[in-house]
Amino acid sequence: MTAALLVATALMGLAGTAAGAIAPVRFRIALSSALTIAACALGFVVGAEVLHSGHAAVVHTTTLMPLASFSLALDRFGALFVVITAVVGICAMIFRFGYDGQGLASRTASSILPLFVTSLLLVPAASNVTTFLFLWELMAITSLLLVLTDHARRSEVQVAGQWYAVMTQLGAAALILGLVLLATRSGSQSFAVIAVRSAHLPAWVRSTAFVLAVVGFGSKAGAVPLHVWLPRAHPEAPGPVSALMSAAMVNLGVYGIVRVGMGLLSGGPAWWWLLVMGLGALSAMFGSLHSATSKDLKRLLAYSTTDNVGLMLLGVGASGLFADTGHRALALLALVAALLHVVFHAVFKGSLFLSASSVHQAAGSTDLDQLGGLLRRMPVSGPIFLVGGLAIAALPPFCGFVSEWLLLQSMLHGLPSGDVAIAVAMPIGVGVLALTGGLTAFTFTKAIGIGLLGLPRTQDAERAGEVGRPMWIGAGLLAVLCLVFGVAPFLVIPSVVDAAGAVPGLHLAGALTRGWNVALPGVPGMLAPGLVAIGLVGFGGLVALGRHLVQQRPVRLTEAWGCGRELQTARMEYTATSFGEPLTRVFEDVLSPARDVDVSHLAESRYYTEAAVIHTTIDDAFERRVYRPADRMLVRWGAVARRVPNGSVHRYLAFGLVALIVVLVVLA
Amino acid sequence: MSTGWSITSMSAISLLQVVLVIVGGPLLLGFMRKVRCRMEGRVGPPVHQPLLDLRKMAGRERTRPEHASWVFPLAPVVLVATTLVVAAVAPLLATDPAFGWSADLFAVVFLLLLGSVSLALGALDTGTAFGGMGASRAMTIGALAEPALLVAILALSVPAHSSNLPTIIIRSLAHPAWLATPERVLALVAFVIVIVAESGRLPVDNPSTHLELTMIHEAMMLEYAGPDLALVKLAESMRLVVLFTLLADLFVPWGIATSPGPWHLAVALASTAGKLVVLGAALAVFEVTVAKLRLFRVPELLAGAFVLATLAVLSTLVVP
Repeated sequence: MTAALLVATALMGLAGTAAGAIAPVRFRIALSSALTIAACALGFVVGAEVLHSGHAAVVHTTTLMPLASFSLALDRFGALFVVITAVVGICAMIFRFGYDGQGLASRTASSILPLFVTSLLLVPAASNVTTFLFLWELMAITSLLLVLTDHARRSEVQVAGQWYAVMTQLGAAALILGLVLLATRSGSQSFAVIAVRSAHLPAWVRSTAFVLAVVGFGSKAGAVPLHVWLPRAHPEAPGPVSALMSAAMVNLGVYGIVRVGMGLLSGGPAWWWLLVMGLGALSAMFGSLHSATSKDLKRLLAYSTTDNVGLMLLGVGASGLFADTGHRALALLALVAALLHVVFHAVFKGSLFLSASSVHQAAGSTDLDQLGGLLRRMPVSGPIFLVGGLAIAALPPFCGFVSEWLLLQSMLHGLPSGDVAIAVAMPIGVGVLALTGGLTAFTFTKAIGIGLLGLPRTQDAERAGEVGRPMWIGAGLLAVLCLVFGVAPFLVIPSVVDAAGAVPGLHLAGALTRGWNVALPGVPGMLAPGLVAIGLVGFGGLVALGRHLVQQRPVRLTEAWGCGRELQTARMEYTATSFGEPLTRVFEDVLSPARDVDVSHLAESRYYTEAAVIHTTIDDAFERRVYRPADRMLVRWGAVARRVPNGSVHRYLAFGLVALIVVLVVLA
Repeated sequence: MSTGWSITSMSAISLLQVVLVIVGGPLLLGFMRKVRCRMEGRVGPPVHQPLLDLRKMAGRERTRPEHASWVFPLAPVVLVATTLVVAAVAPLLATDPAFGWSADLFAVVFLLLLGSVSLALGALDTGTAFGGMGASRAMTIGALAEPALLVAILALSVPAHSSNLPTIIIRSLAHPAWLATPERVLALVAFVIVIVAESGRLPVDNPSTHLELTMIHEAMMLEYAGPDLALVKLAESMRLVVLFTLLADLFVPWGIATSPGPWHLAVALASTAGKLVVLGAALAVFEVTVAKLRLFRVPELLAGAFVLATLAVLSTLVVP
């Protein structure tokens, strides 16, 4: 039953692709989106059924690909990711009905988008190396083409596409090496067989395969230092695509690390997981710092994805570390916290990216310094962004709060386990978690306060209006989920526990939910998100009522006080740059901002200033220190290498002779 | 947790705590102002002056800048509501207020953060330079105080195996020797620094200044008037009481009611009042003697608190 549905999901997605390619222009978007939504709905049903029953959905055929079998087996762990992708996919496709920006209506884009969503849905089901790599590359290439949708009009898109192409192909190369190494050494390419035989492989094979997998999946997840494509590609991709990439595709990097590290290799030595935690801590700090100082809304969201992936990796690493030291219940707890964060991140980041695209369409810019006053002008999309921002800042009563709490708890309870590696890693983990938590609150206060509140800073922002209904419905569904999961996390936690329990060797004695509350087995006290929400609404209502009763005169609209100046204009407002300035200064050593001051003087007298302009740019340190030098070095080597084949036939004959001699010497 | 608590008595305690925080907040501020004035050789306003101020403000007209949205009037309500939720649930007077099982230290921190974020958003909504300036500075300090606070909480939670507030307090009552361990002392110092920073007192922020270049917290409430201003002022003092009481209960828990009964509650009320007076007087004396730090020296202070908190966590592992 589930197997047939899984096939139907794939076919429905392919039908969407076909519809996008051949349907007449009038029906193109509607038809391809509707078929993609149907594919997502089918995927949701398969995923939910597998999660519920625990029976894997298996599809196996040898006729589809030459020399290798095409094999899908969706277990509970993979099913969780299918469900997440399906929900995000449905919302992004609904959003797309109203979205007309950035060339997403073209024939190419309309046919590739369904294929991208289908590959996202199928990757977690792949159960042998060939199938996995095929679907993984399909996902990488379709997403690359979608990033490039608008390349003809804007040159930044091409640059972003190049970065993304290089990073994703480097990652894929690492993945192919790692998985092929595992497959040849264990004599089978089936995941199930590898999982059984991998325990007998030599340690260097296992470690090499794991490190290669971390590199490959880390680049897709956007973990520092492999994140450089993310803040470039996400702002340039069309809205629904960046939402899908950030809320669904990035998850699969985390999926891959868990699948290879805990599934295929069934856990490993402590240093593997310390590596993962280290990557996670670095990503979380670096991502949150850069998102706190970014002034472009989509770039800020992209860096915040790096930040959240870091938190997920912290959880995954902690889980592996606990499993390695024999704390199985703690290992499951940490993995559940990480996976719960995957789910919630998909929900709030999806709604944030979609509503940021609404803002882009309505106000013509994603530069925070060009926005302002949009909450009053966009009465639905504004609150959607507000909810997403509060959720990502881990504030109650929204969902981010619950997963961060669980992550903190898993580290707190791991601390007294007596192991030195854990004793060092956990306080650092909590410190990182806390710093990113504070920085995220800062970031989204800025994003909401500068972007949506106050006065509009440009005429475009002044004239902005609410976007079409499909757009706010798509983004709004996810925002509603932020609230629902934040108030009633018991709706989703048991499924996540089931999914994490599919990873071999992890057990939890007891449930993580008690009624509406989140509780750890055997520990007094619990988290009551529902109660917090009721308390907030109840006390808030009482306070508002009290305020109304003591002062019933209507609120008088006044001009804001400004130290005696006559008129308030948007130029006097704080900008995103000025809002982030104190933090930029505090972290000056890490961010090393470049500051240019241009002062032009009056022609009559140089003692008077005509205009002064200050430019502050904050480059990505890894881009500047690692990637740019590497790029320059490659170009230089290329120039040297170009001199070797100079067109002379004699030289080529000499190369042939030397090669032949070398081969003979080696063979002899 | 402990037996003998009925629903009625637990709810009565919660109600009492809420009243204590609402009335005690302004009184504490008045008391601190009195101490300061006396030390500076002035008579000073009566202790209940902040309450009179609140009544005066409540009778005035509400205003709203013309460009502001619904966030502006909502912000003070959220700010007060978050503090009231903490006041009702946290073990301030007794170890078992209603829903005490849900009083998680991390949850308390995130709830108070929600209040800070909403006030910052309200300030940004005015569209003035002052609002933005205050919000930016307050959030910067908040972001940097957060790690020190959470790691200090971790140091307290590890020996109790729980971040549940009543559990931590009951354990420390049962093991008084535990209160004098190095990690407790280190965590105490970190907590005090964070509380001073979060509640906008000297040397981080001067609550009695309106000088543009230095103000942080005051800059965020410039546009509020009438009952809205009263709410923001009230929330400010309520947060100070909540944080002080939590500090006292975590580090010097004696006096808190562990079983029901009016006698125990009376003792708890008296001891809490005593602790608040001592803490308030100490902070007031401290404020008279120090000067305000430059804004860009504050991160160093908070980094120091973070280091102390980390040392506290590490010493929980070294010291059995």
